[in-house]
Amino acid sequence: SPQVVWDVLGNRQFCSYKITTKTQNFCRNEYNLTGLCNRSSCPLANSQYATIREEKGRCYLYMKTIERAAFPRRLWERVLLSKNYEKALEEIDENLIYWPRFIRHKCKQRFTKITQYLIRIRKLTLKRQRKLVPLRRKIERREKRREEKALVAAQLDNAIEKELLERLKQDTYGDIYNFPIHAFDKALQRQDAESESESDAEKEDDDNEDMDKREFVEADDSDLSDFEDMDKLETSSEEEQEEEEEVEKKGSHSKSKGKTPLKGPARRKRPYIEIEYEEETEPTTKTKAA
Amino acid sequence: EKLAAKKKRRKEREALGDKAPPKAIPKTIENQRVYDETIVDPNDEEVAFDEATDEFAPYFNRQTVPKILITTSDRPRGRTVRFCEQLSTVIPNSHVYYRRGLALKRIIPQCIARDFTDLIVINEDRKIPNGLVLSHLPDGPTAHFRMSSVRLRKEIKRKGKEPTEHKPEVILNNFTTRLGHSIGRMFASLFPHDPQFIGRQVATFHNQRDYIFFRFHRYMFKSEKKVGIQELGPRFTLKLRSLQKGTFDSKFGEYEWIHKRREMDTSRRKFHL
Repeated sequence: SPQVVWDVLGNRQFCSYKITTKTQNFCRNEYNLTGLCNRSSCPLANSQYATIREEKGRCYLYMKTIERAAFPRRLWERVLLSKNYEKALEEIDENLIYWPRFIRHKCKQRFTKITQYLIRIRKLTLKRQRKLVPLRRKIERREKRREEKALVAAQLDNAIEKELLERLKQDTYGDIYNFPIHAFDKALQRQDAESESESDAEKEDDDNEDMDKREFVEADDSDLSDFEDMDKLETSSEEEQEEEEEVEKKGSHSKSKGKTPLKGPARRKRPYIEIEYEEETEPTTKTKAA
Repeated sequence: EKLAAKKKRRKEREALGDKAPPKAIPKTIENQRVYDETIVDPNDEEVAFDEATDEFAPYFNRQTVPKILITTSDRPRGRTVRFCEQLSTVIPNSHVYYRRGLALKRIIPQCIARDFTDLIVINEDRKIPNGLVLSHLPDGPTAHFRMSSVRLRKEIKRKGKEPTEHKPEVILNNFTTRLGHSIGRMFASLFPHDPQFIGRQVATFHNQRDYIFFRFHRYMFKSEKKVGIQELGPRFTLKLRSLQKGTFDSKFGEYEWIHKRREMDTSRRKFHL
């Protein structure tokens, strides 16, 4: 009576394993050979049926015969297939000898597909696998908010400007910038007072600046890494050599001051930060040059 | 009730006039920071000795020149690619190579053979870069960061040009603890030791409450006490996730520091960098 079974389940009444989609019917039964809901593929509606299923990487051939239809517990007979592909195909053949062609063919096809996907699994596990770490919304939000607050608290622009000005004061840039007006005045005063040769005055300047530097460094409790101190010391030693070379430039004030107004208009194009004092300083340098 | 207390205090101050006590310093998170025993004293000898003998010593003794390899995770999207390019212009002597499924463990010996000193891997998620792995190559520490708020150059509001080829200066701010110090040195070792002051470019790593902000500016001294800065170059923020002793190895590496959320995020005033 498999025909009766199919009449009932197949197209008319309800089959709990059947899934219908727009174009096709699928069968969810785990012993189904093809996965489709057909007269020849339904394990319930065929008294002689066989499937291939795999467990933990090993493939088994399951068979169902009419004789055992009354004993549901012994209904499905299981045969372990060998790991060797060709041998396993032979085993299928010898177990399903005299069985309908359809079932034999489909069994072998299914077995082939299964072995292929097992091989892929084994290959993929050897490669690196991407580990998905779930995002936690609450934590993410918390981090984002904290970052924003830290950004506000950091006041980066001010910090950077302060740092750069400090480095300028500590003479890490050497003689590239000709500003230090206060230092100039001090040097002038020292020159007038002592009336010594230029080189001596410069040496004293250097000494004085060194002293300032040393004081500064010791009092410096800011949290910079050591490399910066080393950098400053090394660059300062280089600059002293440069300063001794550039005797003339320091001596002739007019030349050095003549430089700044030339650079002035070229420099003005660069910065985008609006500073109110710009106009104040420019005229003073121009008057000095004049 | 806070308002009431404030009003009362203000009235008292007005009433006292000149004899009023000085204004109280407002409490900030930085002021209230839980004291960390690993904060480095600049005169600490032990720390200085450690730093003279750790993995960055050859760099700080000017024996090695930094050479950096920047790469991404698989299949980088446009934004990440552009970010990598910009990063390579910011860091001198850096090269960008794309990864097509190459395992990091196999790239590392090749990099060492070709004399690279540092490796940066930018991890990507949903078309934006979100992670950074920085490893110092000849057997150096590996730091894994989470990267957030990445802004490419064209998204930054400015009217300037691109960074030139000059070597930038480096500013490292606020790296106080031992851990912070080692991370700071890691960043410092990316850049060549002698900056070219003609270039007037500066790269800043500013640590604030365990977030490291990276900025790249061009500065100009307008006068002795005034400097103008113009931001060019990308910007991003990093948060340290873990620090490993050896080179990148996710399974067998020994971790010097991992951010454990349960233990370390309990207090709002406790920071580790």
